[in-house]
Amino acid sequence: MRFLFKTDYEDDIKLIPHSGYVVSYGILLAFLLIAPFVLSSYLVSQLVFVCIYAMVGVGLMILTGFTGQASLGHAAFLAIGAYTAAYLQQYNVPFPVYFLAGGLLTGVVGALVGFPALRLTGIYLVIATISFAFIVEEVLARWESVTHGNEGMRVKTLSLFGQAVPQNGPTFYYLCLAVLTLTIVGTLNLLRSPTGRAFVAIRDSETAARSMGVNVSLYKVKSFAISAAITGLAGVLFAHKLSFISPEMFTLQLSIEFIIVILIGGAFSLHGAVLGAIFLVMIDPFLTYLKDDLPGIIAGIAATFGADSITAGKIHGNVAAVASANGLKGAIYGVIIVLFVLFEPLGLYGRWLKIKLFFQLFPLYKRATFKRQKIYVKSERNR
Amino acid sequence: MLDFVQQLVSGIALGCVYGLIALGFVLIYKATEVVNFAQGDLMMLGGFFAFTFIGMLGLNYWLGFAGAVAAMALFGMLAERVVVRPILGYPQFSIIMATIGLGYFLRSVVGMIWGTDDFKIETPFSDGVLRIGSLVLAYDKLSVIAATIILCALLYLFFNRTTLGTAMRASSENMLAAYYMGIPVKRVVSIVWAIAAAVATAAGVLLAPITFIHSNVGLVLGLKAFPAAVLGGFGSIPGAVVGGVLIGVIESMAGFYLPQGWKDVAPYIVLLVVLLLKPEGLFGVHMRKKV
Repeated sequence: MRFLFKTDYEDDIKLIPHSGYVVSYGILLAFLLIAPFVLSSYLVSQLVFVCIYAMVGVGLMILTGFTGQASLGHAAFLAIGAYTAAYLQQYNVPFPVYFLAGGLLTGVVGALVGFPALRLTGIYLVIATISFAFIVEEVLARWESVTHGNEGMRVKTLSLFGQAVPQNGPTFYYLCLAVLTLTIVGTLNLLRSPTGRAFVAIRDSETAARSMGVNVSLYKVKSFAISAAITGLAGVLFAHKLSFISPEMFTLQLSIEFIIVILIGGAFSLHGAVLGAIFLVMIDPFLTYLKDDLPGIIAGIAATFGADSITAGKIHGNVAAVASANGLKGAIYGVIIVLFVLFEPLGLYGRWLKIKLFFQLFPLYKRATFKRQKIYVKSERNR
Repeated sequence: MLDFVQQLVSGIALGCVYGLIALGFVLIYKATEVVNFAQGDLMMLGGFFAFTFIGMLGLNYWLGFAGAVAAMALFGMLAERVVVRPILGYPQFSIIMATIGLGYFLRSVVGMIWGTDDFKIETPFSDGVLRIGSLVLAYDKLSVIAATIILCALLYLFFNRTTLGTAMRASSENMLAAYYMGIPVKRVVSIVWAIAAAVATAAGVLLAPITFIHSNVGLVLGLKAFPAAVLGGFGSIPGAVVGGVLIGVIESMAGFYLPQGWKDVAPYIVLLVVLLLKPEGLFGVHMRKKV
């Protein structure tokens, strides 16, 4: 076990606490860099989606995980970023310009949402952000001169410095990876600055933060703006990846998926955003695999346990029917959310920390280290 | 003028359904401070139970109605026991996510069992109209309004005149204190969920002749019931119904008098305005946090 001696504050907020980080993240980065050469093009395409979802996850993590403000309206921010890109592209604006413009515009909208949200907490904030997302969705469908309404908009192939970057090629993957890496490093730096500490203080106790001299309103609006801006940047990449956008892509369903990203990843660390994004994006290929192979496997098991060929065939048919039923994905999402909330509220990253601590402290690991506190006295209502 | 009254009545009828769903939100919120995002889906499931009893098994309408309500009350208790009780007392956000997950699950499972088509329940009020002069009112809409009034009266009596109702109000004020006073809080909470699911089922069955039931109906209507609950003050039972009726009327008027597209966003615009100007709603009580 490694002991870190922190003798001053600079030691505490180091980006790289010890050399182990350089090795492990170096290996990860090396793997990600050679990924397009070793993985199939389908998996690389999924990795691009992981990057985009992870960016939204990072944005949402700043707002929900670190400032404690829930939002079920992030699909709207993604939509604003995507539509800004599609609109500006029509006028031959170069990519770097509309990329930043998408982020900036979404950030401004985020700040505008943040101001009214100052008065709201808890459930009211959730409902208000849902309403905001609905209104944006409706505006996108009706403002036909700009958004082409329900027909949707075609997004041309990205061109960077005169070079075309097709959305399925490795260059686009590297672009997304670079943007994600920059976002994560930038966010890590933000979180160890006074702004980040103010965010965490607001999350832990608004009253305490205020009495320590934190300008709660200012930092909440900042948090909304930064979170929205990152989501907007992800939206630009999202538009290019799909090469076609229409209002019905940015529904409440998508906002819930973003929340699932940070919930499953673990809403207390940026690792969670990435892990959650990997989980959410990779569940699709996994379900396809289940659909194709599971009936055979189960019938095979039944056959080994002495079922005759007719029964095995029946089992095969039944399992195949269940596995290919419509809406199985939704049911699995639902079960996964409930199971994570009930049994692993700290998410995948929390599970990783627990396993790590188990081996570090072996045989002295205590389950109670990560136990959640229950509060039965009413608190949220009297704010 | 005639158009206005027609729109008003259909708005009120729709609003009553919102109000009944919002009533479920409020009941559960008051008792456990949990916001049940799956309330609309409970309504949808209740509708499908009723469809199974009446449409597929061929039971009498009233018998099927009662059966669906009873089955859903049990289901509400089960959902509370399995999903909500283990995480009571944890941050509200986790509980919201759990109920969102429950809603997802219900929608998909219903879609898998009954299919994703639209279904219709034959009711005694399905066709037939009441004519007053040249005003034509459909029975199905009037039945929703009448049933809402009856249900509200019953709930009012229940909460104010019975021991169990008083116990529920006590545990919603302060769970810990109620527990010390000897109220079996866990059982009370599970009965609250049963009532909320039963009310939602009633809404679903009444709604069935007006808009058909399909697996996504709960999501659409459940989300419209939020503005209703917030408008009424999230914690006031009469407020929920009044808020629901207001939202229904606003939506129906917006659909009639304003250009296309306003109908769907009008409830949410109202919601945002209410949240900004009067966050405690029309009937809500403003409380301050003690530090």
